[in-house]
Amino acid sequence: MDKIPDNRAWWLVLPVFLLVAFSALIPLMTVVNYSVQDIFGPGQAYYVGTEWFKEVLTDQRLQDSLIRQFAFSGAVLLIQIPLGIGVALMMPKSGIKGSLCLILVAIPLLIPWNVVGTIWQIFARGDIGLFGWAVNQAGIDYNYTGDTVDAWLTVLLMDVWHWTPLVALLCYSGLRAIPEAFYQAAEIDRASKWAVFRYIQLPRLKSVLIIAVLLRFMDSFMIYIEPFVLTGGGPGSSTTFLSQTLTTMAIGQFDLGRAAAFSLIYFLIVLLISWLFFTAITHADKEK
Amino acid sequence: MRQTGYKNIGITIYILLLLTPVYWLLNMSFKTNREILGGLTLWPQNFTFDNYAVIFTDPSWYNGYLNSMAYVSINVVITLLVALPAAYAFSRYKFLGDKHLFFWLLSNRMAPPAVFLLPFFQLYSSIGLFDTHIAVALAHCLFNVPLAVWILEGFMKGVPREYDEMAYIDGYSFPKFFIKVFLPMIRSGIGVTAFFAFMFSWVELLLARTLTSVDAQPIGAIMTRTIGASGIDWGVLAAAGVLTIIPGLLVIWFVRNHVAKGFALGRV
Repeated sequence: MDKIPDNRAWWLVLPVFLLVAFSALIPLMTVVNYSVQDIFGPGQAYYVGTEWFKEVLTDQRLQDSLIRQFAFSGAVLLIQIPLGIGVALMMPKSGIKGSLCLILVAIPLLIPWNVVGTIWQIFARGDIGLFGWAVNQAGIDYNYTGDTVDAWLTVLLMDVWHWTPLVALLCYSGLRAIPEAFYQAAEIDRASKWAVFRYIQLPRLKSVLIIAVLLRFMDSFMIYIEPFVLTGGGPGSSTTFLSQTLTTMAIGQFDLGRAAAFSLIYFLIVLLISWLFFTAITHADKEK
Repeated sequence: MRQTGYKNIGITIYILLLLTPVYWLLNMSFKTNREILGGLTLWPQNFTFDNYAVIFTDPSWYNGYLNSMAYVSINVVITLLVALPAAYAFSRYKFLGDKHLFFWLLSNRMAPPAVFLLPFFQLYSSIGLFDTHIAVALAHCLFNVPLAVWILEGFMKGVPREYDEMAYIDGYSFPKFFIKVFLPMIRSGIGVTAFFAFMFSWVELLLARTLTSVDAQPIGAIMTRTIGASGIDWGVLAAAGVLTIIPGLLVIWFVRNHVAKGFALGRV
């Protein structure tokens, strides 16, 4: 649809602009302000320029948690997107069974994040949790509080459990939007199941998948509460992701300047990657 | 037919796996602490409602739920009120800086909340809103409004502009057209958006906890109190967890048809 050029439309976006600017710009300016100062206490701040940025960029601990973060977000996307599409394809198309599936699948999304952490904290325990017990019974030595790999996998599994439903719900509503005529045409052409998926369903899912990929990337990159409750970042620092490193720095150690500089770099990374996704997608749209 | 059979088996297994952790929580909420920590039991041996009784008789517990619901409702209302006109503008008009504005809005959805904790605390303290429902509701707008604009814009793009023009020819003013004609056409979109706004505000804890202390404390923050001198009170914690799921279930029940029809308009 062609849009009409009309600058009066600004009046309609103005409330959103003001509201978001209030919640975003003022705090962001505060962060920028912190990042160039060394703060000892109220009234005792010294301008240090780009000192904190230099320090943060070379900090080994931060680099480690950044790498862990990328590995985690990558794994999240690789597992959740295909799994979500698969689940959406399996869900009944309509009727009471469809509604029931929809509601049951949505349940993990509606649980507050700290409760998610609490559930898995017990559920994955070897002695009193069903999951930990079952894995141990299967002859695999599993202990998420002691073993680094186990802890990492448990956090990943928890996230898959928690967020795949979001991908599934988005894909499900995308699939429902495909007109029946498309399937009938495919049947006349005797298209295989795979061809129907590849050439009808997947292209029509593209726009919901964009939302799903972007949301999952952003949220997994900011994950904090769930691993914090589940493992507290341990054992060692194997499940300490960026947000947790940052929060410990800002609130635990009250190292404001460094935390602020780190915040800005963190924000820029998320922004850059999301922008790459976003332009890649809009670019692909234009080519069509 | 066999195809559907496989699908049904597949989805049943998935849902069973999905619900096992939730069952475990439910299971725990009916057990005594001794039984929870004593060993693995697949269902409560000494079935008890004591954990729930603790929550329903103690005002500091059930006020947590009321607080959470209060700020989530305020947030959903604010989000919809500001996002609807904005999404309309983005879907219909080209205006100065529209693309940049859109991406800037989205970029706020990407800001890690951890970045904003301290500045938010200072901002809301300085304007005297600290520990109020409205503070949390406003803070949650930071990530809900951009998402709402994004989703609604997709729905609105699906409504042909001829409807707008026809309404104007019939003598509708803009506000009247918007409320009487346009909004009913995208009610699925509004339903889906409200669901997402509810969900992300309901499950968020970091900002909600930072911006409140007593009067507006969310249930999630109150739950951390069960960690007492005698260790964690797992039974009460589990019961509180079960109760946090219920409001969400009600919301999804009301919007289920909208989600199923969901993105049929526009975006897809």
